[in-house]
Amino acid sequence: MSKITFTGNKALQIEEALIFEVSDFSRTGVDLPAPTGKTTRLGGVARESAIGLPGLSEPETMRHYVRLSQKNYAIDMGPFPLGSCTMKHNPRLNEKMARLPGFGDIHPLQPEKTVQGALELIDTLAFWLKELTGMPAVAMSPKAGAHGELCGMMAIKAALEARGESATRTRVLAPESSHGTNPATAAQCGFTVDNIPADSSGRIDLEAFRAKLGPDIAGVMVTNPNTCGLFERDICAISEAVHEAGGYFYCDGANFNAIAGKARPGDLGVDAMHINLHKTFSTPHGGGGPGSGPTVFSKSLAPYAPVPNVISENGVYRLVESLQATGSEDDGVKSFGRLTAFHGQMGMFVRALAYMLSHGIDGVAQAAEDAVLNANYVLALLRKEMTPAFDGYCMHECLFDDRFLKGTGVETLDFAKAMIDEGYHPMTMYFPLVVHGAMLIEPTESESKHELDLFCGALLSLAKRAKAGEVDAFRAAPEHSPCRRLDETTAARKPILRWTPPPTVNEVE
Amino acid sequence: MIKYTNEHEWLRIEGDIVVIGVTPYAAEQLGDVVFVELPDVGKSFSQNDDMAVVESVKAASDVYAPISGEIVEVNDVIVEEPSKVNEDPAGEAWFVKMRVSDSSQLDALMDEAAYKEFLENV
Repeated sequence: MSKITFTGNKALQIEEALIFEVSDFSRTGVDLPAPTGKTTRLGGVARESAIGLPGLSEPETMRHYVRLSQKNYAIDMGPFPLGSCTMKHNPRLNEKMARLPGFGDIHPLQPEKTVQGALELIDTLAFWLKELTGMPAVAMSPKAGAHGELCGMMAIKAALEARGESATRTRVLAPESSHGTNPATAAQCGFTVDNIPADSSGRIDLEAFRAKLGPDIAGVMVTNPNTCGLFERDICAISEAVHEAGGYFYCDGANFNAIAGKARPGDLGVDAMHINLHKTFSTPHGGGGPGSGPTVFSKSLAPYAPVPNVISENGVYRLVESLQATGSEDDGVKSFGRLTAFHGQMGMFVRALAYMLSHGIDGVAQAAEDAVLNANYVLALLRKEMTPAFDGYCMHECLFDDRFLKGTGVETLDFAKAMIDEGYHPMTMYFPLVVHGAMLIEPTESESKHELDLFCGALLSLAKRAKAGEVDAFRAAPEHSPCRRLDETTAARKPILRWTPPPTVNEVE
Repeated sequence: MIKYTNEHEWLRIEGDIVVIGVTPYAAEQLGDVVFVELPDVGKSFSQNDDMAVVESVKAASDVYAPISGEIVEVNDVIVEEPSKVNEDPAGEAWFVKMRVSDSSQLDALMDEAAYKEFLENV
């Protein structure tokens, strides 16, 4: 930030340095008595220099972190239109429930009899996830979407091994527009990945797909609605074809929020699908976590689901922790093992169930309807100045390409940076890769018409300015943010990964 | 002789060896390249296999083997300095040298005039 005031602050926008740069050991807010009693047993490995912790008073510490939090952009501050990410409002009821001591203050190693309520909650959530997806089994332990994908593909691998076909069925098909985690997961499981081309409407080219099937097919990974925000209309034909070829159908459930309560993946022939609780069921995410990706399974894959899972016997809940724990010899359980140390993301389970139960099935369905309605409203408004990548209606997110910027000198990146000046987090840019200069907007269902009008008004005004030749302003954007355009290229080419103290601080002993 | 693919790669044919790189159009479309991963020398690829990875500030992209063959040399200069891919894609920033296993594949690729025409319709 250029220094225009004595402090460097701009009114309430406080310039905040790193905590080590503002600290002074003499201002440390705690004053612990020197330890007495035992002498150190560290011998030659005892630290000789000062440890270098920051020194701040309690109010200074408080202010530092509050100021940093104010520099963040969050769904609680404004619309968060990141396509494919489903940045939903996080109802406060969910937070209240997750903090109940019976859910928030427990430990996974507690005896089962002391956590019956928590186990019942996991079982109840599992029931509703199976109900909403029309699938007979669910693994609750995956910690995120990609982890759920891994869970699903490991189950497919285990099923192929049980059939004695793991050596011959090695190829997985995935659309060109798929989330990058799809081919990555398949490769991680030892499969080779083959792209399925799209047709001119942005959907899977069914004939090209059929032509790629063969006796070496392990399965197909399809997101529905897909990453272009379009419903794969041929989904049933796709599942029939892959089953006929002897493969399994993995559905990436990242966009389940568009169809939850409206359509059941089990009815569409899906064999495995992860559910992003942090998207569809509104648990908070961003900045890397915490996700939660329970994975549902069809009858053919259910025996291979990982442990642990919760079962109830005579009103008592218990965890099935080992592969043969159900007791009977011929129960058909051939679990591929364990994905995580414990049972899953308990805090996210509580929030997701609170969301489901407070909305009811009609509310869950309406959330999907409103998500689709909002995205189509945005698509209809922005169509006046921007160029939709594909014709027709969209599902929960709308995709634009950069044709409307052609000849203006403004690129997708500049357009996104100019949105920051308007007070918006940019949409998803340059994804999916199949669309040139992609801009993927997911408005989420909780945005009101007023918010959407304001958002679209800002984007239409930017599009007009770009076409009117204001290229220099776009290239200089953002102008009003605490930091101007960051040099992402140098940051990526020559990253500085470690903070080194200014020499003056270092020399104070 | 230089040949081109519709994945925007160029191939300079030097006997049974071809030098392979990406075209200036590809470099411009990628944006500032920040990372390049090249295959090991001695590795063999079939035509259209994923051969290398280029990461820019926009996205990570695969570079496909334009023909079948064995890698005989790779250009470590672009691994050390990915910016070369933007500065001199048709020259200093070549990616790999391959020994051609099926020279008939070369005949099917575009010559310069055909590639120019192809670019106009992208």
